[in-house]
Amino acid sequence: MATTDVRPEPLEAREELEEIWEDDPGVPGFFSTVDHKRIGKRYIYTCFIFFFVGGLIALVMRAQLAGPENTVLSAQAYNSLFTVHGTTMIFLFNTPVLAGFANYLLPMMIGTRDMAFPRLNAFSYWIFLFAGVFFYSSFLIGSPPDGGWFAYTPLTTKPFSPGVNMEFWGLGVAFVGISTTVGAVNFIVTTFKLRAPGMSLNRLPIFVWSMLVFSFMVIFAVPAVTLAAGLLELDRLFGTAFFAPGAGGSTLLYQHLFWFWGHPEVYILFVPATGMISAIIPVFARRPLAGYLWVAASLVAIGFMSFGVWVHHMFATGMPALALSFFAAVSLLIAIPSGVQFFAWIATMWQGRVRFSTPMLFALGFLLVFLLGGITGVMVAVLPFDWQATDSYFIVAHLHYVLNGAVVFPIFAALYFWLPKITGRMLGERLGRASFWTMFIGFNLAFFPMHILGFLGMPRRVYTYSSGLGWDSLNLLVSVGAFAFAFGVLLTLINFAVSMRRGALAPDNPWGADTLEWATSSPPPDFNFEAVPVVASRHPLWDQQPLPVAVSGDDDATRALGVPGAREHTTPVTGGLRAAPEATMHIPEPTVLPCILAAGLAVFVTGLLVQAVVVGVAGLVLGGLGLVWWAWRTGEQ
Amino acid sequence: MTATAPPMVPTVPVAPPAARSRGRDIGWWGMVVVIATEGTIFLGLLSTYFFLRASAPRWPPAGIELPELPLISVFSVVLIASSIPIFWAEAGIRAGRQATLRIGLLISFIMGAAFLGHQAYEYSKLTFGWTDNAYGSIFFVTTGLHGLHVLVGLLMNLVVQAKAWSRKLSSDRHVSMQVFSLYWHFVDGVWVFVFASLYLSPHLR
Repeated sequence: MATTDVRPEPLEAREELEEIWEDDPGVPGFFSTVDHKRIGKRYIYTCFIFFFVGGLIALVMRAQLAGPENTVLSAQAYNSLFTVHGTTMIFLFNTPVLAGFANYLLPMMIGTRDMAFPRLNAFSYWIFLFAGVFFYSSFLIGSPPDGGWFAYTPLTTKPFSPGVNMEFWGLGVAFVGISTTVGAVNFIVTTFKLRAPGMSLNRLPIFVWSMLVFSFMVIFAVPAVTLAAGLLELDRLFGTAFFAPGAGGSTLLYQHLFWFWGHPEVYILFVPATGMISAIIPVFARRPLAGYLWVAASLVAIGFMSFGVWVHHMFATGMPALALSFFAAVSLLIAIPSGVQFFAWIATMWQGRVRFSTPMLFALGFLLVFLLGGITGVMVAVLPFDWQATDSYFIVAHLHYVLNGAVVFPIFAALYFWLPKITGRMLGERLGRASFWTMFIGFNLAFFPMHILGFLGMPRRVYTYSSGLGWDSLNLLVSVGAFAFAFGVLLTLINFAVSMRRGALAPDNPWGADTLEWATSSPPPDFNFEAVPVVASRHPLWDQQPLPVAVSGDDDATRALGVPGAREHTTPVTGGLRAAPEATMHIPEPTVLPCILAAGLAVFVTGLLVQAVVVGVAGLVLGGLGLVWWAWRTGEQ
Repeated sequence: MTATAPPMVPTVPVAPPAARSRGRDIGWWGMVVVIATEGTIFLGLLSTYFFLRASAPRWPPAGIELPELPLISVFSVVLIASSIPIFWAEAGIRAGRQATLRIGLLISFIMGAAFLGHQAYEYSKLTFGWTDNAYGSIFFVTTGLHGLHVLVGLLMNLVVQAKAWSRKLSSDRHVSMQVFSLYWHFVDGVWVFVFASLYLSPHLR
């Protein structure tokens, strides 16, 4: 490729671009924005609010369990709290916060100006927000869900769970699934069709690879949980008989549907988390990731294998031995691609010169807790062991090492790593380190003793226990650890508040990273890139200095590449393995349609909850009108 | 970005693609992924059907009168054949023939609406309800969800027709038609599996 040195357009062009790309001011702009960065930021902040609420709930539970026969909570309150805690952390924090980071970062990482479907992107956020509010509104009428976060039948069918408690769970879960699915559609098409010229698939940042695998897993797994929750609600609200054994239904069917989503879900969370780690470790080891192709292939392998392990949640349901053996074998095998990634990270650090900044500390903390969570995962994949450990605190320990340790630590690493890009201000290193060490020690203090409690026979989901079973001091230790962990999280919150007020201004690329999101200013302009960069390496910012940008041609395919493209509110569409320019995509103007459509759906779901036909129909009409209007305005620009 | 004198930035001319390599529209790809996830929902429902059937001592359960086959077979052919005018209409607009587009869409709409009308009629004739037992539940939920997809398809058809009548579509700009046509073929294709599983398979013993 021939390169010629020219001066970019003068700075007036930039001001003009900012005018073209900026949202409407004030409240209308708040509801109508389709900018992936604003939406991504909202996702992240909303998710953290849910994280803090879910965490406070956990602290209340640990206060109850700190000593034998405590009376902080009644049995019923405890049931509700563990249900809400689990549901919040899975559906309202872990999954959407990863989507939120990807929302913010992915378009910039691949060098484009927005997502493939910016309005759907806004729609996905509004659905998520409304679903979260819907779920938590159960507290307002004093009947929060109480059937466990996986809502097993027959406990959750109407005869055994009267009241509307589980409606908030079932309808909420089916509702939030729309948001996750829409997001996944967006990530897939964005990654395949909007990459900067030259960003072939083997130059994709590993985090983008991980989001691609995340999205494909979502596409094929979420329908199962939508069915599980949807059919459960049909049973509960309309009296169908899917899970009623007396009328030919099957309670085992529910477990199959739920876990057909539920186990891929663990990897839906874990894969992007490892993608973040694969982005962070090379930057702080100051060398490219070792075994890029192996890591990418491992992610894809995990994506496939994750659909062959769901029955290991059902080892104790009395299924045929042959079926159990198959699922046990796949559950053991899936440790291999995870192990490949682990060795790639070790090799990267081994060959590099590691800087121990806060993001790197969290990444290292992740390695240790993931190692433990992975080992206990292999243990419970072994049938005889699982029969002993199932439904005990050993499982609680394992799942928190994986879902809290191996996902939340990468998310905090990502916060310290990418927040300077997002807010334009650095986070404090000293508070960051203090936060890491408090969280890391608190985490292990809280969750390691749970393994032992499991061996000592403590069952999960109990609201209290008697003294003299040998569980007292370990439980106290767990509770102390939980509060320490929470204190560590609080330190990061303080760090964030301080940084927003008077943190050092972040340069474009504070960590010396290699991917394209660091090529724009911090925070980035609304249009991300005036001219789209041309990629000739897996590490554009390391290998291509200064970073070359594309010039537009007169034709439809390359018009959007340069500054004129940004001036026309467009972004280039590329295709093929090499990401060659194909066409020009118009980026929609801000619109309130997504918010209206999501509100229509929220009204419909509320109508189902209160069993009022008028409300349900009103919601459908509102949503339907929004959809038709949307379809009318879409397509032929 | 504080530079007062902008730094030198290398620029790279990117060659435009050969004329025929212009790829599918972004919206079309989006619909492909939506169909993948929608297809999985139907796969889940059909799996549920066979799971319930495998765990039942008798299928259909005692007292269930299976739906009549002759009429639904005719209307299944009507539904699946309604893809043909869509192919025709799409080929028409690709060649810039507006009339073909409008007529094709209209014929397909009538065929789809006839199928949906028959489904409503069949529901009124069936001797079992969706709360009677698991068979009734899975029958009504699967066919009902498919009917809902037909309804959404008909609505999409109307929107595309409205666009066609107001001359918004042309030979090189007709993404809505492409997206709708993909969706409609999917709805028709899924019915083959629903029909084979729910209507035909209980007769095989």
